[in-house]
Amino acid sequence: MTVAINTELVDLAEDVFGGAAAGTGFDAPLWATLEQTGLARLTLPADVGGSDGSFADAAIVLAAAGAHAARVPLVETDLLAGWLLQAAEIPLPAGPLTLATGDLDVARTVRRAAGVLHRVPWARSVAGIVVLAGDHALLIDPADVTITEGFNLAEEPRDTVTIDGPVTASSIEEHVGTQLRLRAALGRAQLLAGATASALASAVRYAEERVQFGRPIGRFQAVQQQLALAAAEVAAAQAAAQAAARAADAAGVLGAELPIAMAKARASEAAGVVARIAHQVHGAIGFTREHDLRLATTRLWAWRDEDGSEAQWQETVGAAALAAGPEGLWPLITGTP
Amino acid sequence: MAQDGPVTSMLARLPALVPPPAELPPRAVRLRAEVREFLAAERAAGAWSPRADVWLSGWDERFTKELGRRGWLGMTIPVEYGGKGASALDRYVVTEELLAAGAPVAAHWVADRQIGPSLLRFGSEEQRRRFLPGIAAGEVYFGIGMSEPDSGSDLASVRTKAEQVAGGWELTGTKVWTSGAHHAHAFFALARTAPRDDANRHAGLSQFIVELDTPGVTIRPIPLLTGAHHFNEVVFDRVFVPDAMVLGEIGSGWHQVTSELAFERSGPERFLSTYPLLAALVGELGSTADAGARREIGALVSRLWTLRRMSLAIAGALESGAAPELAAALVKDLGTRYENEIIDAARLLVATPPDPHAEPGFARLLADAVLHAPGFTLRGGTNEVLRGIVARGLGLR
Repeated sequence: MTVAINTELVDLAEDVFGGAAAGTGFDAPLWATLEQTGLARLTLPADVGGSDGSFADAAIVLAAAGAHAARVPLVETDLLAGWLLQAAEIPLPAGPLTLATGDLDVARTVRRAAGVLHRVPWARSVAGIVVLAGDHALLIDPADVTITEGFNLAEEPRDTVTIDGPVTASSIEEHVGTQLRLRAALGRAQLLAGATASALASAVRYAEERVQFGRPIGRFQAVQQQLALAAAEVAAAQAAAQAAARAADAAGVLGAELPIAMAKARASEAAGVVARIAHQVHGAIGFTREHDLRLATTRLWAWRDEDGSEAQWQETVGAAALAAGPEGLWPLITGTP
Repeated sequence: MAQDGPVTSMLARLPALVPPPAELPPRAVRLRAEVREFLAAERAAGAWSPRADVWLSGWDERFTKELGRRGWLGMTIPVEYGGKGASALDRYVVTEELLAAGAPVAAHWVADRQIGPSLLRFGSEEQRRRFLPGIAAGEVYFGIGMSEPDSGSDLASVRTKAEQVAGGWELTGTKVWTSGAHHAHAFFALARTAPRDDANRHAGLSQFIVELDTPGVTIRPIPLLTGAHHFNEVVFDRVFVPDAMVLGEIGSGWHQVTSELAFERSGPERFLSTYPLLAALVGELGSTADAGARREIGALVSRLWTLRRMSLAIAGALESGAAPELAAALVKDLGTRYENEIIDAARLLVATPPDPHAEPGFARLLADAVLHAPGFTLRGGTNEVLRGIVARGLGLR
C-alpha cells in the first residue's frame, strides 16, 4: 500500500520556502511566516505551541527548506531545542531556538553555568540557546553570553558561544543525548535530500539552456548519462530520508536508530556525487559567485559532514550488521526479525 | 550570468524521481515468517546451498514445484486460474526472501514474473486457462524471446517474421540469449507482422506464444563464459503458431512488451543478485572487522536498505495503477551497479581468492558473482539505455 502523502503540506511548504527572498543571514520574514503557518514548531505538541506533526510531515517541510536554501534554524528549533525543552519541562521561549551539546560547568543550585560551546548553529539569531550538558538541559538567554561569529561552508552561522552566567536548568533522562543525535541526523538527511534535488534541477535547466557545438549540452549523451547518475543519487537520498522519517514515526526515534543512520549515510554519500556532477555540467559559471548553484552545493558539502558524515554513520550500521551476522543481516535490512 | 528565475521554477519542472514511500501490508509479516521457516528447513535438509545470480542459474524443478504447492508462485493470478489472487506486495515478500536466501528460482522466474501478468493483461481466456494453472503450480516453465543476433538494445529492429497462413501464423527467424529455453515448455516471441516502417519503428510488431516442441523450432545452447548452459539460441524455420496463440493484438507487440518494464526493472532481483555474497562476507569478517571494514559493510547495507525502499515504493505505485518507468530505470541502474559493489568489497576485504569449485561458501559465491557480473548491467536494458530513459524523463531528449 502506498502511504498517503500530505499534498496540502507539500504545497504549503513549496509556497513558503519558494517565496523566500534571496539574501544572507537569518531570514526574519521567512521565520515569521513559518510561525504564522505552524511550520516553525511542526512536530512539537500543541500544548507548547506546536502543530503535533509527524516526522513524515517534517520530512516534507525540511526537504523544501533544503531545496530552497532556507536561512532559518528550523531543525534546531523544532526537532532539537524545542523538543529538549519540552522533554525537560522547561517553558519554551518564543522565537527561533538552537541547540548545542557540550561540557559546561553547571552549578545547578545557583543556576549558573560556564564554558565554551563550538559551532552552535544560528546562535547569533536565536531567542534561546538550549544546551545538553551532561544530565542537564539548560536554557540560556543569548543576551547573557558572548558570541563569536563563525560559519560553515554554506555561510550558515556556526558560532562560538562563551557562557559564564545564569541558566535555567532541569535534569533529563539518560537516553536524551542519543535521541538528540539521531534527531539531528534525521533532520539533516531531509535537508540534504532537498538540496540534492535543487542541485539536479539547476543542472538540468542549465543543460537545456547552455548551447555549445550548436546545440544545448543536454542533447549530448555524455552529459545526459552524468545527469542520470545524479538523478539516481537524488532519488536514493529522497527515498532514504523519507523512509527514516516513517520509521521514526512507527518505532520512535530510538527505535529507528538504524534507519536514521542508514538514511544519513546514504544522503551524505549522495550529496558529494550530486554536487560534483552539478558543477561539472554547469562548467565555470557554477564555480562563481554569479550563479546560484552554490546555494545548493555548498549546503551539500556542509551538511554531508554535519551531524555525522557518511563514514561515521556507516560505521554504526556496519557494526550492527556484523553483530547481526550472516543470518541476522537480512532481517536487519527488512526490519523484520 | 545569473539565472533568470528563482529556484522554485526549476524544482517544479523536476519530475518525481521516486514514488511516495510504501509499506508492506501487516499480513506480510506472517507470510515472510512462513517463507523463512520453509527456506531454513530446505537448507537444513541440504536441498540446495545459496548461490549468486540464482534467477538465471538456479534451475530446480523440485524446488519450484514445492513453491507452487505452497501457493507462492503466480500469487497475483486470480483463484479461478489457479493462483492466490494476492497483491503484488505479497509476491514481493516471497520473491525477496527467496533471492536473499540464494534459493534456486530460475525454473519459474520468467513465468512467475512476466508471463503470468502478461497473460492476465493481454491473454485470451483460452490462453489463461491453458497456462496459468500450470504456472501457479510450478509445473509450466516459460522463456522470453526478444533479442536477436542483430537486435539487442534496439529491440524495435527485430527481424523474426510472422506471416499469416491459414489458421495462424508462420514464424521464421532467430532469437538469442533465451534463458532456460532448453527446459521450458513455451516462450513469448516478439516478431514482425508488418514490414518495418522507419517513420514508426514500433508499429507492426506482435507477440506469439510458441510451444517449444513445435516442429521447426531448434534450440541450441549458447554457453556462458563459465561454460554453463543457461542461454540459448532459438531458431524458427516456418514454425506454425495458431491464431489462438497470438498474445494480445496483432501490431501491439511493442506496447505489450514495454508496458511491463516498470515491473521488470524495479524488482528485488535488480539489486539482490549478489546478496548471498554480502551475507557470506559479513560472516567472514565477523567480529574481527576493523573500522574500515565496518564502514564498508555499513555503506553496502545502507545502500541496500535504500534500494529496497525505492523498489518497494515502486511496487506500491504499480499496485495502485501507476507506471513509474523513470523510477524503475533509476532503481535498475543503481541496483545493478550495487550488485557489482558487493563483489569489490568482498574481494578487497577478505584475502580468499574466488574459487568456482570450492565447497559452498564465500569463495564459491565470490566466483559465481565475478563470473556472472557482466550480465547484471546488461539484461533487461543496459544501464546506458536506462540512463537515456532517465534523461528523457528529465526532459533532456
